[in-house]
Amino acid sequence: MSPPALEAVVRRSPLYLLRWEPTQDAHVLLYPEGVVKLSPTAAAILERCDGSTVRALLKSLADEFPDDDIAPDVLEFLEVARDRGWIHADP
Amino acid sequence: MTEAGSTPTLDGQGRPLWLLCELTYACPLACPWCSNPLDFDRLGPELSTAEWRRVLAEARALGALQLGFSGGEPCLRKDLEELVAHGDELGYYTNLITSGLGLTGARLARLKEAGLRQVQLSLQACDPELGDRMVGGRAAAHKLAIAREIKAQGFPVVLNVPLSRDNIDQVDGILALAEELGVEFLELANVQYYNWALVNRAELLPTRAQLAKAEASVAAARQRLGRRMTLYYVVPDYHDGRPKACMNGWGSIHLTIGPDGAALPCQEARAVKSLEFPNVREHALAWIWRDSPAFNAFRGDAWMKDPCRSCDERGRDFGGCRCQALLLTGDAANTDPVCARSPHRHLVDEAVALAEDPARLRGRLLPRAPRGG
Repeated sequence: MSPPALEAVVRRSPLYLLRWEPTQDAHVLLYPEGVVKLSPTAAAILERCDGSTVRALLKSLADEFPDDDIAPDVLEFLEVARDRGWIHADP
Repeated sequence: MTEAGSTPTLDGQGRPLWLLCELTYACPLACPWCSNPLDFDRLGPELSTAEWRRVLAEARALGALQLGFSGGEPCLRKDLEELVAHGDELGYYTNLITSGLGLTGARLARLKEAGLRQVQLSLQACDPELGDRMVGGRAAAHKLAIAREIKAQGFPVVLNVPLSRDNIDQVDGILALAEELGVEFLELANVQYYNWALVNRAELLPTRAQLAKAEASVAAARQRLGRRMTLYYVVPDYHDGRPKACMNGWGSIHLTIGPDGAALPCQEARAVKSLEFPNVREHALAWIWRDSPAFNAFRGDAWMKDPCRSCDERGRDFGGCRCQALLLTGDAANTDPVCARSPHRHLVDEAVALAEDPARLRGRLLPRAPRGG
């Protein structure tokens, strides 16, 4: 297992519905018979998995969170998200 | 009843995340492992469309996220489309749990239009002759055709296969069929022994050798399928020695509403006759969930007796299943007797041993009463 390449295009799986849930005060992923509550960072990453490249996603996040070097954590999360089927990465 | 992988992964923080609406107990099939109550014919009339709409709205206000329409066969209700649409408008993720009977391509299209997100279809065998025999009617060919139609219309498909002595040897064939259909989720669920299944337990329980073979097939399939299909295997708790974390705890995240409006912490809870389950016709759902005696009867761990009370696993399995404790030991507050630490474990061991006995008398399966409601 390794994180998706910088040029890979990442896209949320249509099986998972991402939305804001007021009663949880958080974003959630909904899927057949299941729910995952997301941290604000996880939600920010998944919102950007919309067909852009990993490189573009990292840049967009760096613009929003300029104070930290977030790239290693983001790549690790993308790897986990792909492994769980939340996103597809091509290639 | 609990199903691995079908429990929401977040702690409900006191909210009923899962609302299961059993729209009707009527069903065209007669499966001998049915989880519906034995006396479903004697329960009150079904909720009206307007009453169901109110239930959906009240549960959503309490924080429910997942909405399941089940039964009986929920497709027998003509207002299914309207209730799906209302659930979708309220912000639920809507699931239909069906035998496939009563579904057509046209109706699936209407349900999709109404906002239905996914379909969980039950299937019993890869060979149609066995499938028909198991459910007591001609259903297998239609189920297969409707599985293809569900997939063709772009729904995520959960194929649910209840495993018992009669079909567990077909696990390899069922896995191949699921792969060919391209389903996203396959749930191989060993039958849990409540209600009709408990009546028929001696004929349904598989042998240890059957289970070992099925589990080897599941492990091999997981390797082969990787991310292409999510495979849930619901362990047979009789053979496991550890109780399941039933419903993630009583009154924790799950709320079932029966066809007659009874509010239940799980769909088997009516077995606990000593509790009076509140009805949505008489009470607001917020009171039922938060304050009613029935929903508080086994919340937390203050109700526990030994060995649960002093067990370091009580926060993980919540003492197992209250209904199973009641049905097998006569007291819902006892430790679930499947637990190796339960003083009643011998009751389960005896049932398992009977399934292994080649000389035992084979009885007949009692089919579920075919109609109701």
